[in-house]
Formats: sequence, structure tokens, C-alpha cells
Amino acid sequence: MNRRDFLHAIGASTAVITLSPGVAFAVGADYGKLLVLVELKGGNDGLNTVVPYANGEYYNLRPRLAVARDQVLQLDADTGLHPSLQALMPLWEARELAVIQGVGYPGANLSHFRSIEIWDTASKSNEYLKDGWLTRAFAGTPTPRTYAADGVVVGGAEMGPFAGRGARAITLSNTEQFLRQAKLAAPAGQSRNAALAHILRVENDIARAAVDLNADYAFRTEFPRSAFGNAIRTASQVVASKAGVAAVKVSLNGFDTHGNQQTVHARLLRDFGEGITALKSALVELGRWDSTLVVTYAEFGRRPRENQSGGTDHGTSSALFALGGAVRGGLYGLPPQLKLLDGNGNLPFAVDFRDLYATVLERWWGVPSAPVLNARFTPVDLLRS
Amino acid sequence: MTRTLFRGFPVLVLWATASTAVATEPLGFDGARHLLNRTSFAANVDDVAAFARLTREQAADRLLAWTAKPRVTPPPAWADEPYESPRRIRTLSDKERMRFRREQVRKGIELRGWWLQEMLTTPSPLSEKMTLFWHNHFVSSQQKVRSPRLMYRQNLLLRTHALGNFGAFLHAIARDPAMVIYLDNASNRKARPNENFARELMELFTLGEGRYTEQDVKEAARAFTGWSIDPATGEFMFRPMQHDEGVKTVLGRSGNFNGGAVLDVLLDRPETAEFIVAKLWREFVSPNPDPVEVKRIAQRFRDSRYDIAVALRAVLVSDAFYARAHRASLVKSPVDLVVGTLRQFRFTTGEPLPFVFTTGQLGQNLFAPPNVKGWPGGEAWINSTTLLARKQFLDRLFRVEELQPGMMAMRGGGGLPRGINRAGDDGRERFVRAMSELRFDGSKWLAQFNGGDAAALQRLILASAPVNALPEGVQGMDAIRHLTRDAAFQLK
Repeated sequence: MNRRDFLHAIGASTAVITLSPGVAFAVGADYGKLLVLVELKGGNDGLNTVVPYANGEYYNLRPRLAVARDQVLQLDADTGLHPSLQALMPLWEARELAVIQGVGYPGANLSHFRSIEIWDTASKSNEYLKDGWLTRAFAGTPTPRTYAADGVVVGGAEMGPFAGRGARAITLSNTEQFLRQAKLAAPAGQSRNAALAHILRVENDIARAAVDLNADYAFRTEFPRSAFGNAIRTASQVVASKAGVAAVKVSLNGFDTHGNQQTVHARLLRDFGEGITALKSALVELGRWDSTLVVTYAEFGRRPRENQSGGTDHGTSSALFALGGAVRGGLYGLPPQLKLLDGNGNLPFAVDFRDLYATVLERWWGVPSAPVLNARFTPVDLLRS
Repeated sequence: MTRTLFRGFPVLVLWATASTAVATEPLGFDGARHLLNRTSFAANVDDVAAFARLTREQAADRLLAWTAKPRVTPPPAWADEPYESPRRIRTLSDKERMRFRREQVRKGIELRGWWLQEMLTTPSPLSEKMTLFWHNHFVSSQQKVRSPRLMYRQNLLLRTHALGNFGAFLHAIARDPAMVIYLDNASNRKARPNENFARELMELFTLGEGRYTEQDVKEAARAFTGWSIDPATGEFMFRPMQHDEGVKTVLGRSGNFNGGAVLDVLLDRPETAEFIVAKLWREFVSPNPDPVEVKRIAQRFRDSRYDIAVALRAVLVSDAFYARAHRASLVKSPVDLVVGTLRQFRFTTGEPLPFVFTTGQLGQNLFAPPNVKGWPGGEAWINSTTLLARKQFLDRLFRVEELQPGMMAMRGGGGLPRGINRAGDDGRERFVRAMSELRFDGSKWLAQFNGGDAAALQRLILASAPVNALPEGVQGMDAIRHLTRDAAFQLK
């Protein structure tokens, strides 16, 4: 344990005791470990991201869109990455990249909005919850009071997993601008008017975060000049602040590739890979790479059979990435079961996305997952112990 | 027993107070302010005084009658130019194509300015509110359509039908070229249909999520195969060779449906009218539609064969609209805040370019909603980024006189919004000029309140009591700054 880890450990909240009938567990939640969520908005095509290049059915379903066998970046004898993900290969070789295939949930919903709501609130597909899953986690097991915020959403206007009441979460696109403008915010009172109460809560969170965030860390890392690169730069700046945050969310837009997928998807995956490389470099500079877990997600994958517009329609399960210095690299889940498509031509799932949330909660932070996820889910064994 | 009765008593009194403002009585100052704040961006003193004398029905009728007034802003210069055919663009050299793309972006910004200018100057703000309502319902985005001309044309379609017949509107939007491109129906072919349009049609345009099956989506997509555009002219075009002539079953009805027949099946469902009325409710009344009231108004909407003006009128004269509990329950949208503030305080404005950027920074880029579901609105308008941007906008607006001398220095770049170059080579120049032309005549405006009566001022501009009460003795410009800085100013 180095000095930094030690300081994080003593700063972390400890001994939250939860008693439910017959079960008692004592927890020392370790929010010194950082979670970075990367949302691939629009529904990423898992099949062309993590390619089952030895599966003839894949080539039958995708005469125009399939990634050719000799283009694939091979991970093993059956599975490879899209060639635009070259930047991830050093991570794979360092065994710091986990590829989880077949992630989804029962009763998949094919609407962007409903499905991302299911992911963000960790609900069942027929259950409507208001609060984000991370909001519930932070409400149940708070972060240390010294933290600038529980969560920071970089760019974008949606709070996603931080939505609802009970978490301190802020959004910002640029740390310097945030700190400059925050002078206009002052901690204010409360209100019984719901809309006003929301505004006042946001204002309080701003005032609070502005005290502790700083924007002056000079990185040696060069960040890509893409929008995603900018988001990664801001996320890194947030992590560099002395006061902690437990989770940061960044997103990359444009994955709803109903048409002209080849060009668009290749560009998106390249931006993603380059951004992740910069993130690793920045976190290594900060000495945070080993205490950061990066997880990607999207509302759904895409239909295995391509459409006639050179694109793919909404699908179900997809492949996700988890990466970081503490990740046990390798393949998890199940390769796409292309012979077992449902009546709509969509894939079955092998890993419930809430199994991954349970991994984050229990194995990463040491937060009991059942009260957050409203059921028992089985963590995926993708972290080095 | 007695105690319980007594405890219930004050509640009953409250209810009675709330419902004494019956339909036949004049609205009074607060009622008129509430109505105009919700329907007309914001209210100035004269309009409030005029509407205060009207009953609910008279007020609603006057607002609806005003929507017949013609537009006042001339169309963008390029509105009648021919369609930017992708086929022709492909033949351009790299350099020409770059220039073309820059031009498209510049026109996109001009188009936003055109609409904001109309909102700022129109004699019928409700027309613009309803056009914006439909822009947020039948969503298309310039980001995907990539034709300012088709986006402009779609806007004309939205305003034509904004208070017309919803059925005719639905049929027209399904053939609107920008929509056909936006939801990929342009490439919906029979061999492997593209489901994008069919799904959003049911989920977002008519029935609402969960009121149809995946099979309905697939079948409806088949009915819309061949509904395309002519890539040379950008006009709607039906391609019979791409159309699936087989039998489709949608929501339990079967036939060799074409797209139009599917629209009629959807219009026949009671869920459609309820879905639209609930959305009107969230726009005008409160974040939580009352299911009983929604059903009642939806029935009238259906009985009128989908006359949108009938539905809107029913909303605007309802008890719920004027209920105390619903006052100040909505968050102003970025357009409400920017346009409303400029109108309410009678700012003199130059070209609207600065406000194109402001509304974008606040999270509402006109002609470019974030996705097909549109802007979620309500509390989602406010997060730490947008709340700070709102505060900064208001802070600068009411210090504009003292900031003005520094404006010319902005030409160098400091203080100009990111992306200003996309407004054209003269973008910086024009932005600075527009900012230097922005004027607020505080003393003249305050003269309406008997020399700056702060209580009257507060009653006009805030929908609820301020969080931080106006300190004793604060008047004039200081009172304006204090009240517009208050969180309550974000509400309507």
C-alpha cells in the first residue's frame, strides 16, 4: 500500500452496518476506488465491436457489414476486436482489459429511452424506478463527507445513474469554466415546491463541489482533439482534484447506426479507443490507474442481421468492456449465440447487466449490492483480488 | 372525531379558495400573469392588465384568435434555393465539399436565428410555443437531416398544423422529407425493412411506449416500405418497387396496408388522443397529468376529430390549469428564459445571433433536439452546467450597460462563444455588434411600477415567492437583479 492508497483508505467511510432479517454484514466501503462509466449512446453494435470472426453465421447475417476475418484484431481463435480498436490492444496484452460478451437482461426493451432507463435505474424490464442505481448506492452507503461530490457527469445533460434524490452529483463540461461560473451559485434554502427544490439542490451541490474541485493540474498526457477526447480531459482534471469523487461518467454519442454504419462505427470506435488510451495515461500520471475501474455500457446492442440501409436496427445483448490496473484481463460471458435468435431476430443474453453492477458495488467498493439492486446478483469475477 | 373534522377544515377552506376563481369571473392580475407566462413566454404589464379583465374562456379565445396573425420575420435568404442533393455533393472536390459543409452549418445557425427572431417579435407568442411544442414531438434534427432548407420546410409544416387537425398533421409529417430522412424511412425497403420510423411513430408520436408489440412495429415498418424521397429534388417519393404489398397485421387489424392506412389505425386508438393531451398537460399545466382529466379532454379531442385548438382550449380553461398547486410548478425552458426575459423587460435587440448560442448553452439548440424523444424538459432542464449558464446569462443581461464598453474588446476572442466561427467569416463581428445593440431601458421600464414599487415588480416577474426575500428598501435595478437571480425566476 503506497501513501496515497493509505490516505484513501483512512478517508473512506467505514463500518456501515446493515441488518436485515437473519443477516448482518459489516462493510467498510472503499470509495477511494474510482469508477469511470463510459456510455456508448444510441446502442453500440456489439457484434462488430467484439467480432465472432470464426462463426460462419456471422458472415451470413452480415454480407455487407461483417468485419473481414483478416481485418480483425484477434483476441483468441474465435473472437477479435474491430480494427479501429487498435488502441485497446496494449491493454489486452497487459491483461488489463476484460471483454464481457452477451450482456443484457430478461424481457429486453428495444426503445432507446426505456432501455437506458432500465440500465440507469437497474430495474426489471417491467418495473419503473425513479432513482439511478448509483444514487441508491450513495444514499445507502454515503461517500466520505470530504468528497467534492459523489458523482460527476462530464458533458451531456442527463444524470443517468445519478438521477433522483439522495446523491450529490454535478455535471460539467469544462472544469475551469465550472469554477469561474460557480461564483454565481450560493448555498440556498429548501422548498416544498418540487421544481424549486430541485433547483436549490443543484445550486447547493454546485456551491459544495466548487469549494473542493480544482482545474490546474498540468497533464503531460496529450488528449485527442475529438469531443470524446475533451470529455476524457475534463474527467481526468476532475480526478486530479484533491477532494475525491467516487464515480465519473463520460459518454460518446452516435451509435444508433441504422444506416451507413461502416464509416460511422469505425470512427466512433477509433475515438473511443484513443480516448481510453489517453485516460489510462492520465490516470497513470496521477497514480490512479490501479485504483480505477472503467466500465462501458449502452442501452442495447444491435440486430445481428443487417438491414438494407447499410446499417443495423435495435437489438438486445451486447459486448461490454471493463478495464483498469485492477482488472483481470480476458474474455467473460458467452460468445454471441447466433443460432439461437429470438422471434425478432435478436440475441439471447448470457450475463445480466446487474451482475456487473454487483461487481462494482461489492467487489470494487465493498457496498452491499442486494439493497441497491433489490435482488441478489452474482458478481463477475473480473477483478484481481 | 371532532378533532379530525377540525384538522380537515383548513384543507377544505383552501380548496374553496382555489375554486372560487370560477370560469365566469375575470382572471385578475395573478391569473392573467399565470396564463401569459405559460402560453406567451412571459408577460409584460400591459398585457397582464388587459387579460386580467377577461374570463378564462375569453382569455383562451383571444390567445387562439391571435394565432391567425401572420409571421413577421422574413424567411432566410436561401429558403427557396434548390435541394442540396447528396448525389451532387458527392461529385464535388474535397475543397468544394468542405466549403459546402461550412455553408450548411452557417445556414443552420441562421435558421435558428430566424426562429428566435420570430419568437422575440411575434404578436402571437402562442403560435411559436405550439410550433416549438410540435418540434419537440415530431422531432427531426439538422444534425442528421443535414439540410437547412428541409428543416426550414418542416418548420413551416409544423406551424401550419400547430393548431390544426392532428390527423392531417400526422399524415403530412409522415411524408415530410426531413422526417423521412431523420427516421431512415428513406431507405426502408421491402426485403429487409428499417424499423426506425415505425417504432418511433408508435412510441413517441401516437400511442406511447408499451401500448404496442414488437410484432406491430415490424408489421408497420413493412407498410412504410417505399416511402422515400427523391434524392435529386428532396421531395417525398413513393417507390412502388420497394413497397411490400403483402398483408400486414397492426394492432389486431389486417389488410394490405400502406403507410397511410397504418396512420389511420393509430388515429383510431383512444391511446393516441390521451398521449397527446398528457403531453399538452406537461407543457402547460404541471409535470404530473391527472389521468381523469386527461381522459376527459382526450374524449373531447376525439369528438372534435382531432382539432388541436379544441384540446388546447380545454386545457387552458380547466380548473387544473389555474389551480394554486400548479402555479410555479414548471421549469422555464431555455427558450422560455431567454425569449421570455427579453420580451418581458422589453430589451432592444440587434440580430438574434447571441441568443442562438445562449439557448444552445442552456441545452436547447433549436432544430437539433438531442434525440427523437426531444428535450425531456422539466427538472431535466436544470443541472449544474445549465443552471450556471442561466445565472450567467441573467447576470450579464442586467449589467449590459456596464459591460457594453468592454464589448468591442471581445472582437479579439475573449468572451465570444465557442463555435462562433461557424456563424460565418463575419460571425465574430456580427456577434459583437449584436451585443452592442442590446439595450435595456431600466428607468423607463421601472416607471410602469409607480417609480419602481418592488412588490409590484415581484408580483409580475416571479411565479412564486422568492427563496431569498427582497431586502427592505431594495428598489429599481437592484430589485430587478435580486429577483432575476432568485431560483424562483427559473419557474413559470
